[in-house]
Amino acid sequence: MLFRVAEASQLKALFELLAQTNTMLGPVKVADDLGGNPVYSFEEVAEFSRLSLDYTTTRLSAKRFFLPFREDLAVFALQGKDWSKQMDYHMDRPAVLFGLHACDINALNRLDKVLMGSDHPVPYYAAKRKNIFIIGTGCTPRPSCFCRSMGTNTVTHGFDLFVTDIGGGRLFFEIFSSEAYHVIRDLATGEPTPEDHNAYMRVETERNRKITTTVDTTDLTKILDMEFQSPVWKTWGDKCLGCGSCASACPTCYCYGVEETVDPGLREAKKTRTLYSCNIVDFAEVAGGHNFRPERGTRLKYRYYHKHRGFVEAYEESLCVGCGRCGDICLAGITVPEVIASVRGGDPT
Amino acid sequence: MNHRLAFHDVAPHGHRYARASDLGSFEFTYKAEITSIYRLTDAENLYRIRIVNNEDRRHFSFRPGQFVMLELPGVGEAPFSISSSPSNREDIELCIRTVGNLTGVLGHAVRGTRVGIRGPFGTSFPMERMHGGNILLIAGGLGLAPLRAPIAHVQEHRSMFDHVDIIYGSKELSKLLFTFQYEMWKKDDIGLHIVLEKGDPAWSGPVGMITKVLEEIIGFRDVSFIRQTHAIVCGPPVMFKFVCAMLSERGIPMHKMFVSLERRMHCGMGKCCRCNVGSTYTCLKGPVFDYWSVMNLKEAI
Repeated sequence: MLFRVAEASQLKALFELLAQTNTMLGPVKVADDLGGNPVYSFEEVAEFSRLSLDYTTTRLSAKRFFLPFREDLAVFALQGKDWSKQMDYHMDRPAVLFGLHACDINALNRLDKVLMGSDHPVPYYAAKRKNIFIIGTGCTPRPSCFCRSMGTNTVTHGFDLFVTDIGGGRLFFEIFSSEAYHVIRDLATGEPTPEDHNAYMRVETERNRKITTTVDTTDLTKILDMEFQSPVWKTWGDKCLGCGSCASACPTCYCYGVEETVDPGLREAKKTRTLYSCNIVDFAEVAGGHNFRPERGTRLKYRYYHKHRGFVEAYEESLCVGCGRCGDICLAGITVPEVIASVRGGDPT
Repeated sequence: MNHRLAFHDVAPHGHRYARASDLGSFEFTYKAEITSIYRLTDAENLYRIRIVNNEDRRHFSFRPGQFVMLELPGVGEAPFSISSSPSNREDIELCIRTVGNLTGVLGHAVRGTRVGIRGPFGTSFPMERMHGGNILLIAGGLGLAPLRAPIAHVQEHRSMFDHVDIIYGSKELSKLLFTFQYEMWKKDDIGLHIVLEKGDPAWSGPVGMITKVLEEIIGFRDVSFIRQTHAIVCGPPVMFKFVCAMLSERGIPMHKMFVSLERRMHCGMGKCCRCNVGSTYTCLKGPVFDYWSVMNLKEAI
């Protein structure tokens, strides 16, 4: 990693350098909620001024650019008893994602482990991941953030460039990729001084101080194993609506279903992947109608097992990055910190 | 200043099956043809399927217990255990029960229909590890379908095994699968013990629970026999729960019993999570598990 510093005005210059010839994506304020708080979303942007780089978080994650909710895996041309299959990865030009927070970049790094590992890597995902240039920015924590507990409040890889406002009208650049270095060369930047390093530390310490919600992950994999029969799962299951909103807001949920459809003229068929949620009733149903997880409580429990136990067992880290989106979006008000606290022995609320 | 970012083509060599680690192999489908449909019972057919391209066909090989994803474009795709001998490199056989959308359409398929095959996927029965010992092949209902591949291995390597017994439980006489093979199995010195849940005037064999027959077969065996025995168990969860508990009680260690789990996979490649048990992918770590692993999976059975 190389470090550079620059005047704050260079951020706009950076955007404009890239916006000339690339598709730009970034956080935009799209509405106000009923409480008068701004609602942010990642959208395509043409003007730097449209970006809200001081955003808290987006309602939905940036997952949709990498793992769209619905995507055709293949198209078949049908001809009598025969057919031919065509694949398209739905990515034909590079794009820049400007202003992604550390937790969300960590979420992509988690997804990389499943979707770009050595075992059946997914080209639909890889095509997007490899062609979206990521510029990270420092965040403004909100009350539901618990990234510090998940170790995802900082990010060390998986992006091209990370920009931190270190105060005094100065920016701190962490340059990860050679492409990013190539772009930065055209900006007015300098070597960071010891004072810049101190300023960076101060900003990070202050940011971390604002992340107040915590989750105790000590021995969590074992505790989840031991509490598999715990009554708290039923308590949470009784509250859960089984709607799957948590999975759609989650930056790391990748479960899906595959469906095939045919056009009315019987000339073309499509194989379509749609993101799904393990909280939805038929997620584990098999042919013949047997359902391995018919109750909401067992489905909710499965979701926690996958994120906080199974993934840890496989990859030494949790599949939860502590962004808090699932709790914010949940109509039943179920949050990760509360569920885990109750499994650990607190009272379910 | 031009900062057009470079575009990366992730699968520049197209869609081939070369390696599971290649991005281009993800949606690779072998085009195959249904070459025969044999009616086994009212509900189950045996489909013989042949990969069309000669080079592809030579490339395709599998181990007993593995499964393929069978696709009918426009209808759907689902996992099926391969029900034929791995040494047959010409075609594979799938025993399919008509229960859902895809299998319903397959029920009306005719010879010559072109289907897609992806795979083979998953773990297999470690037949070589069982060489030199006894095998109990225990099946309930449609569970005989995945057992037909290890049975074929046993037939082809009969001298490598000592005592071999098939214990097969079925609901009723008309639901027995692969009846045309029973004489051949017996001729290959495989003990065949069939038990029906429901009696029939045309049936003179045992009626009742499969565990009762199993007890009769292993009840008189001594410790040294049990020590040399592996078991392969396939059937509805409630059946292998009782069967494995009984075998365990008789002294067969859990790591020497193998079961095949059924889940509804949508990808077969450890991505869609539909087959997860606890957080283990049945498609990657299974479908064949030793019983110790199954006992350690949450909510497996």
